[in-house]
Amino acid sequence: MAEGLATGRPVIEARGVGLTFATADGPVHALKDVTLRVMKGDFVSFIGPSGCGKTTFLRAVAALEHPTEGELRVNGMTPEEARRRRAYGYVFQAAGLYPWRTIAGNIRLPLEIMGFARDEQERRVRDVLQLVELDGFGKKYPWQLSGGMQQRASIARALAFDADILLMDEPFGALDEIVRDRLNEALLKLWARTGKTIGFVTHSIPEAVYLSTKIVVMSPRPGRITDVIESPLPRERPLDIRDSRDFIEIAHRVREGLRAGHSYDE
Amino acid sequence: MRSILPVLTVVAVIVALWYGAAAAMNAQWVRDQAARAGTEVSLAQILPRTMSQERPVLPAPHQVAKGLWEGVAGQKITSKRSLVYHGWITLSATLLGFGIGTGLGILLAIGIIHNRAMDQSVMPWAIASQTIPILAIAPMIIVVLNSIGVSGLLPKAVISAYLSFFPVVVGMVKGLRSPDAMQLDLLSTYNASRAQAFWKLRLPASMPYLFASLKVGIAASLVGAIVGELPTGAVAGLGARLLSGSYYGQTIQIWSALFAAAIVAAALVGIVGAIQTRVLRRMGMAR
Repeated sequence: MAEGLATGRPVIEARGVGLTFATADGPVHALKDVTLRVMKGDFVSFIGPSGCGKTTFLRAVAALEHPTEGELRVNGMTPEEARRRRAYGYVFQAAGLYPWRTIAGNIRLPLEIMGFARDEQERRVRDVLQLVELDGFGKKYPWQLSGGMQQRASIARALAFDADILLMDEPFGALDEIVRDRLNEALLKLWARTGKTIGFVTHSIPEAVYLSTKIVVMSPRPGRITDVIESPLPRERPLDIRDSRDFIEIAHRVREGLRAGHSYDE
Repeated sequence: MRSILPVLTVVAVIVALWYGAAAAMNAQWVRDQAARAGTEVSLAQILPRTMSQERPVLPAPHQVAKGLWEGVAGQKITSKRSLVYHGWITLSATLLGFGIGTGLGILLAIGIIHNRAMDQSVMPWAIASQTIPILAIAPMIIVVLNSIGVSGLLPKAVISAYLSFFPVVVGMVKGLRSPDAMQLDLLSTYNASRAQAFWKLRLPASMPYLFASLKVGIAASLVGAIVGELPTGAVAGLGARLLSGSYYGQTIQIWSALFAAAIVAAALVGIVGAIQTRVLRRMGMAR
C-alpha cells in the first residue's frame, strides 16, 4: 500500500537548478545543477553541512528564493504560481508565533488571510490542534508553552489550510534530543495520517534516516547533490527501528556521502 | 516599599540644597535693604528674611508650594489667577497638538515603510525640522497662521504637533519594521497582501514602540504648547503665566507655573504608561 502512495505524480521536479547570489565578494554558488524528482506522498530529507544549499533549495521550492538557472516545477507549476495557490505549508527553524495571539489565534492566522469562513476556521483550528496533540492549549499564549510545544503549534499552523506539501526547515534543530525524538515520531504519524508530501531539511543523520523515504545528501561550495538514497525502511517506523541493520546501513551511506562531499576542499 | 526610602532621601537632599541656595541668593537683597535703611543686620536676622520675600531671586520651596496651592485650590477655576484655568488652556492645546502629531507621525511612518521614495525623502526633512530651535520657529508659525485668520487654540496645537510628531515617526518606523525576515517570509508563503501584512503583523508588532514614542511625544507636546504661548504675549495658559511672571518679577508665580507644568507632564506620561500596560497586557505581550 505504501508503494501506491509513493508512486503518484511528481510534486517537485528540479532539472539543472542553479542559484547564484551576487555578494560584495563576488558571486556565491548556493546551488549548482540540482536535479531531483519528489513524488506525491514522499518524505524527502535534505541533509548536508551548512552552506550546502539545503535550505536554499527548500526556499526555492517555496518561491522565497529564485533559481538563476534550470527549471523548477512544483505541482507542475512554477514555484511562484504554486505559492500564489498556497500549495504548501512552511515550517521555519523558529516557531515564530505571534506573541500577541493565542495558540488558536496563531493557527487561525493563515485561515484569516486566505479568507476561510469563521466556523470553518474554528473547525480547522480544533482539528489541527488535535493532530499535533495540543488540544486544550488553544487559549494559551505562546510564552506559556515550552519550545517543543511552540514548534508543534507552528506545524499546526502550516497544516491548517491543508496544503498538499509540507516544507520544513530544520524545525526541530533548536530542541533537545528527547523532545526531538518524540516530535519525529509524532511527525511520522501525522504524515501517515495525512498523506502529505514532506520536504525536510536537517543536519542530523539519524533524524534524516528515521523519517525519510528519500534522503538527499548535499555538499557545499558549490551547493550540490552528492547522493540520493531511496530508503528501504517500511513506512511504519517504531523508534527502535534505529537499531535495525537496514537503518545502520543507510546511516552509514549517508555519512559516507557527507564525507565525500567534504573531502573536496579539506 | 523598599524603594521609598531612597526616593525620600533624594527629595530631602534636593529640598535642603534648594533652601541653602535660596538663603544664599536672597541674602543680598536683605543686606541692600538694611544698607539703604542705614541699619546693620546679623546673620541670624538675614536668614528668616530670605525665606519670605515677595520677589525673591530664588523662592524657597515652601513659597512655591504655597503659590502652587493658592493657584490650584485658592481660586475659582474660572479666575485668571487660577492655575487650573491656565493649566487647562495649555492642556487643551497640548492634547490637540498631541493628537495631530501622533496621527501625522503614524501616517508618515506608514508612508515611509511602504514607499521607497518617501523613505528617502521624508526622513531627512523630519530630522532637519527638529534641529531648528522651536523658539525660533514658533513666532513664525503664529504670525503666518494669524495672517490667514487662524488664531487661538490651533496655532499652539500646531507647534505642539511639530514637536511631538518626530518621536512618533522614528518609533513607528522602527516598530513597523520590527518583524524579522522570517515573519515576512511566513506571510509570503500564505500569499498575504501588503495590507494584510500591515494589519496582522506590522501594526501589532509596532505597539511597544508606539507607546515608547507616545511617552516622549506627549511631554514634547506640552513643551510645544507652552512655547507656543510665549511669543504671542498670550493672556492665558501656563506659558502666559511664565511670561507675565517674568515681566513683573513675580518669581513665585514663575516657579509655581513651572511646577504646575511639570506636574501636568508627569500626569500625562503616567496616563500614557497606564494605557500602555493595559493594552499590551490585553494583547498578551506583557506577562
